[in-house]
Amino acid sequence: MAPAPLDDGFEALLEPFYNGKKLTDPISTKEDKYQLLPAFLKVKGLVKQHIDSYNFFVEHEIKDIVRANRSIRSDQEKDFWLEFTDIRVLTPTRNDYSDFKARDEVTPMECRLRDMTYAAPVVVDIVYSRDRKRIVRKDIPLCRIPVMLKSSKCVLSKATNAQMEIMNECPLDPGGYFIINGTEKVILIQEQLSKNRVIVEADEKTGGVQASVTSSTHERKSKTYVILKKDRIVLNHNVLVEPIPIVIVLKALGGLSDYQILELVAGGDALYQDDFLVNFDEATRAGVFTQQQALEYIGLRVKMGGSKKGRSPNAPRRSPVEEGLDALTNLIIAHITIEDLDFYPKAIYIAMMVRRVLMAAHNPKLIDDRDFVGNKRFELAGQLLSLLFEDQFKMFIASLKGNMEYFFKKPNRTSAYDPVGPISSQGQYITQGLNRAIQSGNWTVRRFNMNRAGVTHVLSRLSYISALGMMTRISSQFEKTRKVSGPRALHPSQWGMLCTSDTPEGEACGLVKNLALMTHITTNADEEPVKDCIFDLVPGVEPIRVFTGSEMHRPGSYIIHLNGTPFALTRHPKQFAARFRTLRRRGHISPFVSIHTNEHFSAIHIATDEGRICRPYIIVKDGKSRLKPEHLRLLQLGKASFDDFLRLGVVEYLDVNEENDALIAMNEDEITRATTHMEIEPFTILGAVAGLIPFPHHNQSPRNTYQCAMGKQAIGAIAYNQFNRIDTLLYTLVYPQRPMVITKTIQLIHYDKLPAGQNATVVVMSYSGYDIEDALVLNKASCDRGFGRCQVFRKYTAELQQYANGRKDRLGGPQKDEEGRTIAKHACLDRDGLAIVGYQIRSGETMIMKETPVDVTSTGIGGDRGSDAYVPAPVNYRINDPAYIDKVMVSNTEKNTAIIKVQTRQTRRPELGDKFSSRHGQKGVVGIIVNQEDMPFSDSGIVPDIIMNPHGFPSRMTVGKLFECLTGKAAVVAGRPDYGFGDAFRSHPVEEMGRVLIEHGFSWEGKDYFTSGITGNPHEAYLFNGPIYYQRLKHMVQDKMHSRSRGPRAILTRQPTEGRSRDGGLRLGEMERDCLIAYGASQLLLERLMISSDATQVDVCEACGLFGYKGFCQTCQSTANVTQMTMPYAAKLLVQELISMNVGVRMQLEDKFPHPR
Amino acid sequence: MPHRPPTKEELEARKIVGINEETVTNVNSTDFPHHYAGEDHAWDLEAFRREFRVEFHQNDPYEASFSLIGCHASIANAFRRIMIADIPTLAIETVFINNNTSVIQDEVLAHRLGLIPFKGGKEGLHKFLKWWKKPADESQINNSYYDFNTVSLRLEVKCEENPDAAPGETDPTKLYKHAHVYARDIEFCPVGRQHKYFSGENAIRPVNPDILIAKLRPGQEISLSMHMHKGVGSDHAKFSPVATASYRLLPVIDIIEPILGKDAEKFQKCFPKGVIGLERVTKEEASRKGSGYEGHEGELKAVVVDPMRDTVSRECLRHPEFKGKVKLGRRRDHFIFLVESTGQWESDAIFLEAVAHLKKRAKDIEKQVMNMVR
Repeated sequence: MAPAPLDDGFEALLEPFYNGKKLTDPISTKEDKYQLLPAFLKVKGLVKQHIDSYNFFVEHEIKDIVRANRSIRSDQEKDFWLEFTDIRVLTPTRNDYSDFKARDEVTPMECRLRDMTYAAPVVVDIVYSRDRKRIVRKDIPLCRIPVMLKSSKCVLSKATNAQMEIMNECPLDPGGYFIINGTEKVILIQEQLSKNRVIVEADEKTGGVQASVTSSTHERKSKTYVILKKDRIVLNHNVLVEPIPIVIVLKALGGLSDYQILELVAGGDALYQDDFLVNFDEATRAGVFTQQQALEYIGLRVKMGGSKKGRSPNAPRRSPVEEGLDALTNLIIAHITIEDLDFYPKAIYIAMMVRRVLMAAHNPKLIDDRDFVGNKRFELAGQLLSLLFEDQFKMFIASLKGNMEYFFKKPNRTSAYDPVGPISSQGQYITQGLNRAIQSGNWTVRRFNMNRAGVTHVLSRLSYISALGMMTRISSQFEKTRKVSGPRALHPSQWGMLCTSDTPEGEACGLVKNLALMTHITTNADEEPVKDCIFDLVPGVEPIRVFTGSEMHRPGSYIIHLNGTPFALTRHPKQFAARFRTLRRRGHISPFVSIHTNEHFSAIHIATDEGRICRPYIIVKDGKSRLKPEHLRLLQLGKASFDDFLRLGVVEYLDVNEENDALIAMNEDEITRATTHMEIEPFTILGAVAGLIPFPHHNQSPRNTYQCAMGKQAIGAIAYNQFNRIDTLLYTLVYPQRPMVITKTIQLIHYDKLPAGQNATVVVMSYSGYDIEDALVLNKASCDRGFGRCQVFRKYTAELQQYANGRKDRLGGPQKDEEGRTIAKHACLDRDGLAIVGYQIRSGETMIMKETPVDVTSTGIGGDRGSDAYVPAPVNYRINDPAYIDKVMVSNTEKNTAIIKVQTRQTRRPELGDKFSSRHGQKGVVGIIVNQEDMPFSDSGIVPDIIMNPHGFPSRMTVGKLFECLTGKAAVVAGRPDYGFGDAFRSHPVEEMGRVLIEHGFSWEGKDYFTSGITGNPHEAYLFNGPIYYQRLKHMVQDKMHSRSRGPRAILTRQPTEGRSRDGGLRLGEMERDCLIAYGASQLLLERLMISSDATQVDVCEACGLFGYKGFCQTCQSTANVTQMTMPYAAKLLVQELISMNVGVRMQLEDKFPHPR
Repeated sequence: MPHRPPTKEELEARKIVGINEETVTNVNSTDFPHHYAGEDHAWDLEAFRREFRVEFHQNDPYEASFSLIGCHASIANAFRRIMIADIPTLAIETVFINNNTSVIQDEVLAHRLGLIPFKGGKEGLHKFLKWWKKPADESQINNSYYDFNTVSLRLEVKCEENPDAAPGETDPTKLYKHAHVYARDIEFCPVGRQHKYFSGENAIRPVNPDILIAKLRPGQEISLSMHMHKGVGSDHAKFSPVATASYRLLPVIDIIEPILGKDAEKFQKCFPKGVIGLERVTKEEASRKGSGYEGHEGELKAVVVDPMRDTVSRECLRHPEFKGKVKLGRRRDHFIFLVESTGQWESDAIFLEAVAHLKKRAKDIEKQVMNMVR
């Protein structure tokens, strides 16, 4: 039987009757090409890049890492060896699995609720020697690695909706995050400059030009510079004490003659030859003529220490020549590997860098743009984890070896060495290392000296959109504090790859970005098959190794670079690239391998590396789109997937570099003979979050950016399993609605299934004066009927700990007073010491009656017995407004201690000051709530839910909002949901909407006759009205309202505490103080700064100027001159602190207003 | 300046609210003393009696439409406001939850229950039932419920597996018993004299029995009792007897210059069906000099048939060909009311009650004023 089709939520979009279209309707490739988008998302998905990258790590990368570090040999016991032959990641299990438990597979939901880590065991196969015999052991548990949700190892992968429901999981949840100790953690996408590529940059201060390359290999990461300064070219690297003249380096690289060096750098070009010639003098002056001398010169300038580390201490000291050789082979430009001491490839590479520098010096246009997205690489969860795992694994190998050496050091051993035990025990450090890194977000990789903080974040579950937005977020490595505009600016190459609207405001503006809808981030593709085919494609492609410099740089010769490294030479670049692409379209090469020609440098670049950003396009050949109606027909019938089209050569992926070689038409009308590709759908240049906005192309651009920030704060449904989860803080809307005007993006990301907002009937008019500065007027009857009603859930946790002496925390029952009645504080408690579900809980009442033992230190052995008493350590409800107990959960953690979670619930109706926003960056607070009868009403009896002030429009220019209103109104009156589409960059028939309105008796422009509800007379103007989707934002007055007359004070200074949570005072700050001084309100100043704050009575001795006590001066031993005065306690404290530091402070008192005698 | 009494046309024009392309003019009435020099316009009971009329257009139990002709906007608006906010109805006010294991939270369930409109014996509802006042002393609350101020309801639903369900059934309503809880599942528990007023046909029951309250799954249960009290719409929208009560002014369409032929057809399309009719220009009209119909005999002309049907979309003002040919307006003293009852009151009775209410209030204020001057 064929497997049931996956119910992944895309069915509706691919349904034959989608959007009023029937199966028999003619398909126009022009109109319907967007259908490729749901097909794309079906195979790739919004968070697929995370999942793909993680899958690549657990399935391939992890094996490579182990293979690279597979064997261990003992220094002591020469016969012993151990080898790891395989490593596998299994499916997630419970860590506290025991034989008593029936099942050990674990669901993510259980991990969330029980504060566990969702992790899978990793097992290794080993081979080792025992008594010269080869012992094979399989499936030895090594460690546990956190499993990404919905990855191939996760139980949710390939689960149907029904199975998801059984696992209490939301089928719309994107996955792509980890669960560590019960919290959901996301590894953000990290943006960095590409590795192993030459970047030429200009030094603005000195006017010099430099080429740099960050070499990244499994062993180390280092940066090499070729710098042109005052006509001299030098090479610099971290390991070198001083920059080395370039000719010396090139001489050291394999005995090239001066002429060969010149040719390699400059080719036959006299201009570059002249520029380069001066560098030979440097070498001559340094007395370097041969390779030997060059190596010695370099070797003497290699920093000691750095390269010393790995060597055993008793190894003999190496000669400078050896040092130089080592540095050139392994440290400088380390990603070019040296085989059999053949330095020529490295020489070509360095010569290429020199040439690039020379070219850039002549033509500043050839300086690379660091902000060009093609020069960026995006690190995903899998890559970051593999860095970490490799480091941890190397440490594991080291500690395993230590363990082994310790064993073999024993003079008389009783048994043969068995590595199984040590592997499992040492392996736990890998587990801990991985968990700690994801938990804290501190990525420490020792071999790269990498120390990054803030790599992971807690997944924001404020709304579905906020969670989704977090999965597409890209964080940049640039410092936020630096005032640079370049990296923050929207770069043209971000087109279609990164969302143009979704970026935060303020310090991280432009540095934190979001992926666009159709972006894909590549994983590593194997170089070998590409290498193989390069020589077979076009006749005359030869390896670069066989050419001299003059041949390489001959006009018309193109160097083929493979991942930035010169690899081959051809004289037919166009033909080569075309054939290469054909091969890729036929599926012989991975679709994510990119090729592009660079005319400036006469180079062809082929990239197979990971972290490149790319997106699919429809292929256009000979002025005709390859996408034919029959393809779309197959798609609608569900008989073809996006990958099929990839194989058929209908679509292909282009990365940012290859886009530069393409001429991309927006739609079929724009296709010319020269066109190579066509966009699948223009609105995909926006991301998921910006996709919520209807008609974004009619809005002023910052408004869309504001909405992107606010959409994440909107309260709504967060997931289908929202009531099964126990989140620290959860906001839900009681009656969320699907927006009246949606976009295709909304359908694709299923926002229509988990919406966050309501369609409010809005009238745009000025009303009552309580609506200035964007304030809104709300209809009380609408609020009565449930508009904007939301719920707030809060979690309170208690863990019943076990102490070293065997005592445990326990739950106590409610306390009784003398008459046997439960005390008011414990009114909610049941006999088990936990709050009763459904009970109202007020401030100060107890929810969990935890009690801790007084004695947690005594051992209980002999006379060492402590008290048996327990003291209450209750968890109390601390919020002023009452709540209801929603859920009580009792379970135990992985450490086998009991954990109790209590969830409280508040239901809130909108009140004055609560924040609302439409989807066009127009936020406002509720200014007044008006009775229904006072509201204006239309002929048909329509009374608005919200009245919005028209002053919000002219300066904001949110025309999209007007369109939304009009379109929504037309859709409502006609009962046609298919009218309600507001996709970006699609021409929209506003006239058509106007016509529909007229048909139904409304004004064509949406402005209707209204009558004032207060006077009963008509309004003198027609009022624009209709449904607009309003989001309730999480900022609510109830959570912020604060006042204080008297209250707690800080212990040290006796000044009022700070902050609402501590019932603090409101600070009269410096500037306010300045105002009072300027005004001369001295008594008010005195009252605010001292009397109402930290006034204190002190005794001061007028004779010695020191503090007295109880009217007696200890210094003068007298009461004669002691007077009382009032001063701020902080001042008194300062005086005493100064005295304690041996700084004498004397107070001289005098009457400001002497008593008239 | 000698005063010239207004002509009849002028008086008529004062009664018309001007509907222009972008503005509404002449919105306030001017027929009060001291507005026009030399004209009195003092309110006159006799004149009001003579002029005032009520015409019903539709009178269904749940929906009524009628015209109030010849009264001031403040009076009409007062009726509208009273209908929305001041006519008492019975609604669920307190919910006592014994057990609720459904997915709907207690507060949300209570809110949903509160919004369900109920109906019952008219006499009992309007005459017998009185206000319930929350006692000042919270502990006395249980002694404040009587048969004349509290109606008790109960809702006991438990969802179970349906053993008779066909294998492979996926519809939850067939798979389980009581998968959906409807308003009809609410049970009325009469006490005392309520048996007399609310029995049989007169029992208190939801207006619409098919209102969905909650959805349940096997093992889930809702068990609660409710108290209904009388309340007014200004307290909470659930007490409002109307879904909406609103009025509009009677549209006036003046065709100043003839609209003929194709234009007439287009003109007709600018209005809802039945507002504008097409007639042939008669011989007599065509022969009349200065009428604008000269030489157009037999052509179609636009005539106003039923302005009441017009929704005042002002579409005809948008087109240049009708510029200056038509004047739109609305009669200021002709209020076309639309009252949609939620079911507890007959829709026409709501209006009558509103009149009574206004009268009572006027009496009250009269008493106060008398006390004040005394």
